[in-house]
Amino acid sequence: MEIKKTSLNKLHQNNNAKFVEFAGYEMPIQYSKGIIEEHKFTRSNSGIFDVSHMGQLFIYGDESLTEELEKIFPLDLKNLKQNCSKYSFLMNEDAGIYDDLIITKINEGYLIILNAACKDKDFEILSNLLGSKFKMNLDNNRSLIAIQGPKSVEILNSVINGVDKLNFMTGNWFDSDNQRLFVTRSGYTGEDGFEISISNDNAEKFVENLIGKGAQLIGLGARDTLRLEAGLCLYGHELDINKTPVEANLRWAISKSRLSNGGFIGSKKIMNQMQDGASQIRVGIKPEGRLIAREKTKIFDDTDKQIGEITSGTFGPSVNGPIAMGYVDKEFSKVDTKILLEVRGKKHPASVCGLPFYKKNYVKGVN
Amino acid sequence: MSEVKFSKEHEWITLEGDIATIGITKHATEMLGDIVFAELPEKGSNVEKDGTAGVVESTKAASDVYTPVSGEVVDTNQSIVDDPAKINEDPEGGAWFFKLKIKDTTELDTLMNKEEYDKFAKETSS
Repeated sequence: MEIKKTSLNKLHQNNNAKFVEFAGYEMPIQYSKGIIEEHKFTRSNSGIFDVSHMGQLFIYGDESLTEELEKIFPLDLKNLKQNCSKYSFLMNEDAGIYDDLIITKINEGYLIILNAACKDKDFEILSNLLGSKFKMNLDNNRSLIAIQGPKSVEILNSVINGVDKLNFMTGNWFDSDNQRLFVTRSGYTGEDGFEISISNDNAEKFVENLIGKGAQLIGLGARDTLRLEAGLCLYGHELDINKTPVEANLRWAISKSRLSNGGFIGSKKIMNQMQDGASQIRVGIKPEGRLIAREKTKIFDDTDKQIGEITSGTFGPSVNGPIAMGYVDKEFSKVDTKILLEVRGKKHPASVCGLPFYKKNYVKGVN
Repeated sequence: MSEVKFSKEHEWITLEGDIATIGITKHATEMLGDIVFAELPEKGSNVEKDGTAGVVESTKAASDVYTPVSGEVVDTNQSIVDDPAKINEDPEGGAWFFKLKIKDTTELDTLMNKEEYDKFAKETSS
């Protein structure tokens, strides 16, 4: 199959991007400055991320759509205000995760942002669940640009006036330069920032404008170190069809009001696990010294019994040390529990730690 | 000091008497990206030509470091273990990895000179 390109591909090339294939797309892993510089620039200034490979699914409908979606997602969508977003999951009956996503209630219905590798299957699943009653559009004509970091609000507001009035996890339509953009205050770096849905034809010019105001392009490499420092899950690593939201330690994302009556896909398993606890749970892991424990690294207790596995591990540039996340048996999930990581045939000491590794800087209460 | 020689695994080596100094090339560091971890062979251990003699890790992945010749490890550069970023800054100078007392100088004959290596690196990276 031919590799897909986003509308910013040429701009990436012109900025000396190193490319990798990601979910069938040619995406920039880094630019000339490298992952650490790009990571630090995002934390101190403003980084631009091309996330156009992600799915933008518009579902059009009224209250009857809300009712149908509540049968699917563990969310209190009836009480979700218009233009507010929630982090959620598409699950199977066993509460295994097909995808993690952000859903926003908009005037016309809902906008759901899906992972690139999952979006086509998600569309199929949701089409089957919803039937033909509602118009659905997995919009390939729109790009998705994230701008993240403390200077992003000032930079973006000078291009799209009024975005500074958005709170974290809210969004709205904005008009800028004769085009309609949907902007949410959100992101996946732990920093204040925004995601902008924009037509493909206008994306390059829009990003060049942001670069002109001092923001810089950042690759997927730094996106990964940033999200890991922020303790955020990545589908295919922390999350997959064999993991439930409770095991992933994401019970905060399940609306409390939905737990008493259930009625969403996977609710039985979720309610059971909420009561009894899960046998394995996602935790933060801090290796001692400088050792990096990558995905699939086995975790042991001091009696040589395997108690879990790492799902993501790297060097955290802002933490200035190695960081990881993984799953361990419940009895080893308490903060400060000593564990051992097997790297290149040797066992190295590490401890379970709280998440995030780097304090999140989300902006709430501006409106 | 002898001419710098290069291996297909992107190590460089120089020889002074029977002591070889070995590190990884600038081209290797450019391919790896930001290096954040280095592991070196133990002093006093013996390493065999083309065997692993250390590890470097970038933010992206781990890679083995091979030794282009056999010998006994007589010194290691702890400063790159303490500050791996030095490997990106000065890979073919201050950020050497280890020194070997070599057994067989003819092992160097199979290695590339600078011109050959530059050509090899260009061909294999495109």
